[in-house]
Amino acid sequence: MSEVIVVTSGKGGVGKTTVTANIGCGLAMLGYKVVLVDADTGLRNLDVVLGMENRIVFDLTDVIEEKCRLRQALIKDRRFEELFMLPTAQTKDKSAVTPKDMQNICAQLREHFDYVIIDSPAGIEQGFQSAVAGAEKAIVVTVPEVAAVRDADRVVGLLEAKAEIHDPKLIVNRLRVQMVQRGDMMTLEDMHDILGLELLGVIPDDERVVVATNRGEPVVTDEDSISGRAFKDIVRRMLGEPVPLMNLENREGFLNRLRKIIGLG
Amino acid sequence: MVLDFLARLLGRESPGSKNVAKERLRLVLVHDRADVSPQLLQLLKNDMVEVISKYMEIDEKGLDVSLERDDNRVALVASIPVKRMKRVANLA
Repeated sequence: MSEVIVVTSGKGGVGKTTVTANIGCGLAMLGYKVVLVDADTGLRNLDVVLGMENRIVFDLTDVIEEKCRLRQALIKDRRFEELFMLPTAQTKDKSAVTPKDMQNICAQLREHFDYVIIDSPAGIEQGFQSAVAGAEKAIVVTVPEVAAVRDADRVVGLLEAKAEIHDPKLIVNRLRVQMVQRGDMMTLEDMHDILGLELLGVIPDDERVVVATNRGEPVVTDEDSISGRAFKDIVRRMLGEPVPLMNLENREGFLNRLRKIIGLG
Repeated sequence: MVLDFLARLLGRESPGSKNVAKERLRLVLVHDRADVSPQLLQLLKNDMVEVISKYMEIDEKGLDVSLERDDNRVALVASIPVKRMKRVANLA
């Protein structure tokens, strides 16, 4: 049974590509056959996050225009045997890939892979509509900010109306625990209240993500990082394991400890 | 300044900005989601007619249901001409 999942957000810059790369790697680390599809035509990014940017020969639009076979456009990961990426074109625009094209590509890919994960472009225009066309499930990524949560809500409505994808799962990215603790950032409960989506996981704001991206190595491969562990938990939840949310509150700072010591915590 | 710092240290600062964020989001989403399709509004009208008809006879043709918005709220406004009230005795 294969699954086709689109990772989307509405607002740009919330970490769709990072989430796609890490979930894909996480699943491949457990031995699943995974293909990641970059659907952000014209603003290709998944290749650099995965460190595959120098190995692209053909892309999604070449497959659509029948300049090559699908198999020829797939790039194999060097770390994980069963992880592949289908890049998109950097020189064309989002109209180069239609919803029908994506449905065809996804239908072909799912015959060979356990997971097809699509990195959607920001926005809700044609690029988004193509990206979601071949998917049956969705992950909505947001950050704990008003604009991003608002756009996430809009995307949830569009997923239902345009793609008949119901009950997408939510990933909250870049949560800053100390800001939450002092009441300056929305909590997971707040976002659940507002959006009413099942929470697939939370990624704490972590410099290691930037370092990992700099190197083209998804942070999920970094055993020591808290964000890497958060991604591993997300992957296990995707597989149906009831993994409790990480207790981020333990990583409290000096002031909180002091407050507790003097009886104000 | 010093007092501010002490208040922070002791955890007695004023409630953080997240409540502001949450309240603003709640409102903006009411507006966003109120962009309902005519079909949905028609379904709502049908249900309303059904319920209200249990209590009074109404003029369905004169029925008007819409969502009205102003800065900080969205209201469902319905104008429903009543032709005749049913006898209270007839209601269970």
